[in-house]
Amino acid sequence: MWRDAALVAGKDLRIERRSRVGLTQVAPFGIVALALFAFALGPDRSDMARGAPGLFWVAVLFCTVLAVQRSVSVEAADGARDGLRLSGIDPAGLFLGKAAAVGALLVVLEAVLAVGVVLLYGARVEVPWLLVASCALGTIGLAATGTLYGALSAGLRVRETLLPFLLLPIVAPVLLAGTKIWQAAMLGGTPSSGTPWLRLLVVFDAVYVAVGIAVFGPIQETA
Amino acid sequence: MAPVTPVPSAVSLRGAVALSGRFPLLAGVDLEVAVGETVVIEGPNGAGKTSLLRVCAGLVPLASGHLSVLGLDPVRRRTEVRRRVGLLSHASHLYDDLTVAENVRFAVRAAGGDPVRIGPACERWGLTGRLARTAGSKLSAGQRRRTALAVLTARWPEVWLLDEPHAGLDTAARVLLDEAVAEAAASRVTVLIASHESGVVEGLADRAVTITGGRVTAERVLRPSTTPVVPTPSAVPPTAVSPTAVPPTAVSPTGVPPTAVSPTAVPPTAKPSPAVPPPAVPPTAKPSPVDVTDRVPCAGRVTHVA
Repeated sequence: MWRDAALVAGKDLRIERRSRVGLTQVAPFGIVALALFAFALGPDRSDMARGAPGLFWVAVLFCTVLAVQRSVSVEAADGARDGLRLSGIDPAGLFLGKAAAVGALLVVLEAVLAVGVVLLYGARVEVPWLLVASCALGTIGLAATGTLYGALSAGLRVRETLLPFLLLPIVAPVLLAGTKIWQAAMLGGTPSSGTPWLRLLVVFDAVYVAVGIAVFGPIQETA
Repeated sequence: MAPVTPVPSAVSLRGAVALSGRFPLLAGVDLEVAVGETVVIEGPNGAGKTSLLRVCAGLVPLASGHLSVLGLDPVRRRTEVRRRVGLLSHASHLYDDLTVAENVRFAVRAAGGDPVRIGPACERWGLTGRLARTAGSKLSAGQRRRTALAVLTARWPEVWLLDEPHAGLDTAARVLLDEAVAEAAASRVTVLIASHESGVVEGLADRAVTITGGRVTAERVLRPSTTPVVPTPSAVPPTAVSPTAVPPTAVSPTGVPPTAVSPTAVPPTAKPSPAVPPPAVPPTAKPSPVDVTDRVPCAGRVTHVA
């Protein structure tokens, strides 16, 4: 399983390095979304700083949808998904590999968006480790759910529109927990106020990674 | 006289029905293919040739009936079956952003193949030098096909499922393909070739099976097989008529009257001994793509295609 996961993740990251879709399209999209949020909130920097945690995670969710779409579309071209199925690759390894590649891309995107939040909204980070922990745990959850629901929609002609519809409600706990943790880290909260939400993220991650490992194979065969 | 030891079927389909939604892809296929046998699946467009191969590869589940590949249930032992089966389909299964060499390496490693065979396989199909470093998106249809064939020959699975394998290939590549199939057969690989260019592939095959409307409607022995064929496990008496039977007056697309209809009604083409040595073609032999004149079994077909 781990060998297959490393193989698939390496392949997806190599494709991303060649195509640069994440850095040249998804990351700019996230920055544009942050800028539009800033326009909508008005010129008051304090309003923007207050809304920064939630807007950061909304932008991350949008970028997640695009990253997962890309991950799915890579396998849709020239029957590559069938090729993977035919290779007899371990479905759990395939799931972990795809999720790891999406997660790696999300880490980069989150770093870009975090800088954007600081620069555009004037947000101040008071408890950095809380931000890092929330991003790490949130990334695992988003990558796992995105890969799972991406596979569900993979065989459908309407996958581009169906995926956000399926995925965004499911990842609402990540949005909620991530926002609460960032508020604790940015708006003068205490670390202890963020830890219950970190636990929620841990549970969310454990559930979706386990579900993904268990059901990715059957989904691949039926989607 | 030593008794002939029957070998297990490489592919066994009995009453196989496959559906796409409510549309029948296969409508009750009975087919037995012995280990080491080469069978060409003929039939017009939409007859079910591709669907048959996809079913055998485990990509399309059966709605009813029975399928075993190499004696295994492709649903319950999916991973094992797929690692032992190779499908060359219309799609090449390549990634546009990976180079030819990277595509072959990934596909072979994903299938658990021996990486040592990657280099010789790429050389065999002319995927060397600059072409090996070319991105998949910049390949022609024929080059994509060669890459897919390089993956297949590097993996060298026990069952080859070839769907219109000559499509898109130039003459030299067709010769190489014919030789690869001959080598595979010599090394007791089971080969199923779906083609509507029956004249192109019949020289490679032991048997031709005609599919029409998702059913096997005719069957012809093309050359004496060197592989012992197993009777269908659920063999019915020779007088039994298969549900897929067509009248004996039915004429195959090649104009030759079919000799039999159901595999269960075809007497096994048993060989004198399973220990018959294979033709002296080493699996690692690499023919020159430019020298076609000394390939007697292939030259006629290539000339015909050209």
